Amino acid sequence: MDNFEPKIVAFCCNWCSYAGADLAGTSRIQYSPNIRVIRVMCSGRVNPLFVLKALSIGADGVLVLGCHPGDCHYIEGNYKTMRRIPLLKKMLKQLGIEEERVRLEWVSASEGAKFAEVTNSFTQAVKNLGPSSLGHLKQSSKEAKHG
Amino acid sequence: MKKITIDPITRLEGHGKITIFLKEDGSVANTYLQIPELRGFEKFSEGRPAEDMPQITQRICGVCPEAHHMAATKALDDLFHVEPPSTAKKLRELLYSAFFVTDHTTHFYILAAPDFIMGPDASPAERNILGVIGKVGLELGGAVINTRKQNHWIIQTVGGRPIHPCFGLPGGVSRAINEEERAKIEEIAKGSVEFAKLSLKVFDDVVLKNKGYLDMVLSDTFTQKSYNMGLVDKNNKVNFYDGKVRVVGPDGKELCKYAPREYLEHIAERVEPWTYLKFPYLKKVGWKGFVDGKDSGVYRATPLSRLNAADGMATPLAQAEYEKMYSTLGGKPANYTLATHWARLVELLYAAERLLELSRDPEITSPNIRNIPTAKPDEGVGIVEAPRGTLTHHYITDEKGVIKKCNLIVGTTNNYAALFMSIKKAAEDLIKPGVKITEGLLNRIEMAWRPYDPCMSCATHALPGQLPLEVTIYDAQGNEVKKLSQGIS
Amino acid sequence: MAKLKIALYWAASCGGCEIATLAIHEKILKLAEVADIVFWPVGMDFKYADVEKMADKSVDVCLFNGAIRNEENEHMAHLLRAKSKIMIAYGSCAYEGCIPGLSNFYNRQLTFDRVYIETPSTENPKKIFPQTKVKVPEGELELPEFYDTVKTLAQTVDVDYFVPGCPPEEKTTWLALEALITGKLPPKGTVISHAVKAVCDECPRKKEEKKIKKFYRSYEMIPEPEKCLLEQGLLCYGIATRGGCGALCPQANMPCTGCYGPVEGVIDQGAHFLSALSSIIDSNDPEEIQKIIDDIPDPAGTFYRYSLPDSLLRRARIK
Repeated sequence: MDNFEPKIVAFCCNWCSYAGADLAGTSRIQYSPNIRVIRVMCSGRVNPLFVLKALSIGADGVLVLGCHPGDCHYIEGNYKTMRRIPLLKKMLKQLGIEEERVRLEWVSASEGAKFAEVTNSFTQAVKNLGPSSLGHLKQSSKEAKHG
Repeated sequence: MKKITIDPITRLEGHGKITIFLKEDGSVANTYLQIPELRGFEKFSEGRPAEDMPQITQRICGVCPEAHHMAATKALDDLFHVEPPSTAKKLRELLYSAFFVTDHTTHFYILAAPDFIMGPDASPAERNILGVIGKVGLELGGAVINTRKQNHWIIQTVGGRPIHPCFGLPGGVSRAINEEERAKIEEIAKGSVEFAKLSLKVFDDVVLKNKGYLDMVLSDTFTQKSYNMGLVDKNNKVNFYDGKVRVVGPDGKELCKYAPREYLEHIAERVEPWTYLKFPYLKKVGWKGFVDGKDSGVYRATPLSRLNAADGMATPLAQAEYEKMYSTLGGKPANYTLATHWARLVELLYAAERLLELSRDPEITSPNIRNIPTAKPDEGVGIVEAPRGTLTHHYITDEKGVIKKCNLIVGTTNNYAALFMSIKKAAEDLIKPGVKITEGLLNRIEMAWRPYDPCMSCATHALPGQLPLEVTIYDAQGNEVKKLSQGIS
Repeated sequence: MAKLKIALYWAASCGGCEIATLAIHEKILKLAEVADIVFWPVGMDFKYADVEKMADKSVDVCLFNGAIRNEENEHMAHLLRAKSKIMIAYGSCAYEGCIPGLSNFYNRQLTFDRVYIETPSTENPKKIFPQTKVKVPEGELELPEFYDTVKTLAQTVDVDYFVPGCPPEEKTTWLALEALITGKLPPKGTVISHAVKAVCDECPRKKEEKKIKKFYRSYEMIPEPEKCLLEQGLLCYGIATRGGCGALCPQANMPCTGCYGPVEGVIDQGAHFLSALSSIIDSNDPEEIQKIIDDIPDPAGTFYRYSLPDSLLRRARIK
């Protein structure tokens, strides 16, 4: 689809990747407008549930960005991310969601250019995949049940 | 055509609907048994690790989960090319015998006995377990509950949980038993043997000594000359856990005896568009329609079929009862559908005796209960006797043991064609032009399917209630002509 | 005092919940003193027409088990909801979809193709499939429509309480029945169990530190009898499963499979287990992590064994 503009949610950790995103901005580096950034304190905070929720309410792709291994502000948080995301992707594949729709990358506070590069390439990859078509599963009854 | 619908069938596990079409003169044109249910285990098993299959497939039936658990576990042995240690096999058969005791007890007393002890035409308010207890006494009623409760304790102790056990693994079982548990199992088994003997006496007193019932059992209305299928051991004696599948014709001649891996050479399944359940039949004889006889591939796999297909019972008390039964019924094979209730009680006795034998086996408390598979898994078939028929599980996996293909032929499914025919024949013989359609008459039609203990049996204390029944008769133009109802306020 | 009117019904279920209801054994007599059963196809001869004739809200409580698989299940859910004051999703199928919910990896066509065409014992050269309306020589027959997606009871009608388990163990069932008999009902929406914490809390095995270098399939090893099964590398779901069952499976040396549903407050049991499991993988090297993950052959089927329809995604997407 030529005019398909994917909706991408990017979970960015406060100390590294969010700062990296900021740097991209202040450096006037162009990056994909498809990205909706959600700041978390650590990539380890990203519960797989968040990725599933984002996909279920209409995101076509989900990025999880954290500090480089060894540099986590909380020492070990990103190691947990490093284990969760591959297992999540394996599970998503079984659920008919292409592994390419979820990506984990390390972006430091000084890597504004890398932030732009990652977001741009991911947006293109998701564009090629097409819409995820899960958005119709608005979980209204679920919200009612769990408050 | 005028149509009588019974929806849903009740005192039967699972969903079913009977539709009887009547000709202008009031006789039966045809009768259909539809099964409106499908869950799709044969498909959604694909992608699952094979070792999960005992626990996944046992959710096909919550009354006989042990049967699926066992068939699946044996399929896993075959799949992984691993032989369990002898204690593991004995523990499996021990649990399986306890399970047969609970299941056959439940069916006879809760589902079947009301028809005989209270009578087919008894008021529906009394024609249930409470009426039965009222007539035979609280002592027997208490024995029924206690036998079930104690044997479920055995299932939990050996299998992990009282409903949906978890102990089956390729190459063995997950848990050994200790001496204290063994001793308790032995005591329960002794009690269960006595209970089985008592149950046979109840049947003798209530049914066999009652000319009306005996006539009904031996009547043509409830006779069907179909092939008989059952698992037999190497001496051709009935065995629920292991052996080969033997098929014997309505004339008593053996048609075939096959090992689990050969089942596809012998069984095929048909599809009809008006039901979700398939119709298995014997391939070598062929499908000739819903007819009986040795030229029709329709077969039955019920307690009576198992006894017909075997040469005897492997335990002494059950063997004596087996001989008595056939001598009363005029020889083998017995084609009287209602005699299935009797055969079920003979099996109850065998199961209790077998339980006792196994509880006394010197190896039964051995801790050696697992062999770890070493070969790569590929394909496996496991067959056991479920209380209501021969159960076949067939798996094909990749080399990591993940299911690629699954095929299941489930107990009651074997009997679907025969069930259809039994109901049809009873309807045709009982609904004649000019005959008043009473609820007792409709109950007699239901008595044609009840011996099969279809699908799942109900382990319940059925509380008193009326038999609310509504029969609507439409004329040839589809206008409502008459409505008969009872027990509906 | 008037007796309570209770209805029990099974949708796409295995019957285990009927047995579980009666596993309360002698206590059933206590129930019979205070309640009349007005509908229960497995044990009593009331028909659908009788339910239709009942006045709305004339049934005090309906214990509904089974998932919503087809048109008939859905119709009965709505009918019984209208006739009942309280609707209870009894057992895992009604609560979360349970084993029938695994069908949500596929759809109707894939299921029918397998069941009616591809299975090796099936002889169906004309490729006949079951139909919702069929003309036979004598007239017409109907079947309920088989849906693509299995749903839970709460996704179909308003549900007052949930009783977890596949099936609920005796004490869980009695906890719910006792609440009904005494009238001391918890807040609407409560999942009724003795526990809000995980199965681990009830499990007698010794728990130390969890650091997993390798996951094992249950047939590959014989676990030590006293030690936590998860620590030994078995995929024991106890950490992400609500307790109340007594941790029976780990005591039979088998890992918990998750049948009591999620712990209090968790909305996607599979994601919860995935997260917890990942946290205890003992590696910081991507290649080693991948190898460890490769030992889990079926993440989605294992993590969503009982809860796929109730998960956030509800079903697999099929191209």
